[in-house]
Amino acid sequence: MIEVTGLTKRFGPKVAVDDLSFSVKKGEVLGFLGPNGAGKSTTMRMVTGFLPVTAGEVTICDISMIANPQEAKRKIGYLPESAPLYNDMTVQGFLKFCASMRGLSGTARREAVAKSIETCFLENVARQSIGTLSKGYRHRTCLAQSLLHDPEVLVLDEPTDGLDPNQKLEVRKLIKNLGKEKAILFSTHILEEVTAACTRAVIVDQGTIVADGTPKELEAQGGGSLYDLFHKVTSFETPAA
Amino acid sequence: MNMLTILKRELTSYFTQPTAYAIVIVFGLLSTLFAFTQGRFWDYGDASLHSTFFVFHPLILMILVPAVSMRQWSDEHYTGTIELLGTFPVKMGSAIIGKYLAAAVVWALALALTFPMVLTVNYLGDPDLSTIFSGYLGSFMVCLTFLAITTLISAFTRDQVVALISSVAVCCLFTILGLEQVINEVRRTGPEAKSAVELMTKVGIFSHFFDATQGRISYTSLLYVFGLISVCLFGTNLALKSQRA
Repeated sequence: MIEVTGLTKRFGPKVAVDDLSFSVKKGEVLGFLGPNGAGKSTTMRMVTGFLPVTAGEVTICDISMIANPQEAKRKIGYLPESAPLYNDMTVQGFLKFCASMRGLSGTARREAVAKSIETCFLENVARQSIGTLSKGYRHRTCLAQSLLHDPEVLVLDEPTDGLDPNQKLEVRKLIKNLGKEKAILFSTHILEEVTAACTRAVIVDQGTIVADGTPKELEAQGGGSLYDLFHKVTSFETPAA
Repeated sequence: MNMLTILKRELTSYFTQPTAYAIVIVFGLLSTLFAFTQGRFWDYGDASLHSTFFVFHPLILMILVPAVSMRQWSDEHYTGTIELLGTFPVKMGSAIIGKYLAAAVVWALALALTFPMVLTVNYLGDPDLSTIFSGYLGSFMVCLTFLAITTLISAFTRDQVVALISSVAVCCLFTILGLEQVINEVRRTGPEAKSAVELMTKVGIFSHFFDATQGRISYTSLLYVFGLISVCLFGTNLALKSQRA
């Protein structure tokens, strides 16, 4: 469902992502690990078509993101890192707007909004202005917009960031459940999330993949600890992306 | 379709926040204030409203239009919502036009709500309504031009204050270049200034605005306004693209 081949991104002389290749199949949740500035968000922005690639190819459900971005984008639900929202809208209004932008209308839009509000536990704040929401609710509102059109592919950039422990648990459960029917690529630097929600994980450092495998395989590579592997294969100081 | 969705969102945003109401009230107050003070409305007896009312519009709009639209794209950069727009299955051009048209609708409303001036001259005299209509058309052309300039500038920065100051500076330049007093000063420097005067008349917005307010909408003026708008909106698209490259 997600096929990334030789993906490279340069910002001037700086190489943010260097010849990265990986794939995520249906029913797979791929954890994207790495220290800050490793190139995780840049990779995700290229996979979702927000950033143009310097070199390489991204295909989503066999549609090229480079040759046919509009069609490829229809297949993706995306939660950006900072969970950006329009503060002047209500949660429901924002979700209705996003659903319309995804081509939904009438009953289909109403049902999609209601379902994503329910899935992300937003019932209590549905009519509240986004500007007044706490960080956890803001994050869940942005997560809700990524689920509206029931996409085949989900790209989630740090989906549990800013959530309290209970909410983190719920979101991990949600990702795991959604992963049965979809291909999910999600980035995190919380290593517990890999064993809790992922079927496979890659560790990225300075724009390249330095480890790849199932959580158990990765733990075995680290001598029984994912932390040890992470320390071993990643650098302490990475330049900002 | 997506353009309409964005237009609707933007219009809702203008009217759920104080922005649209501020535009209508401040523009209404300033334009009336100018008419009755600088325009000497009672002394002139100008029923066409040309030299008492419309003539001051570019001077007001060169400040107010950027003040309203400075956040158009800079806010999208600042809040990161551009990342959402950029990953929806829509062309960025639709978003640019949708946002632009929403602001244009608000300005059309602000101009329309100065209708008490028209009622006043109708009560006091027998004005030519078509000339008044041309006046409104001229003012709306100025709004559209300044709006396009602000849209372009706001695409380059995430800082609204920078967008405001830069846009006001450019809109002021377009206004001042065409001001009769400024052109006369340049003309006085000698015959070699002839080509400079011609250029200033063509580039400045006033001559095109005057033509429109007097019911003379020439091809040159249309080309000027719509050319400038197209260049600015196309430039906005390029600016947004280049920032992601």
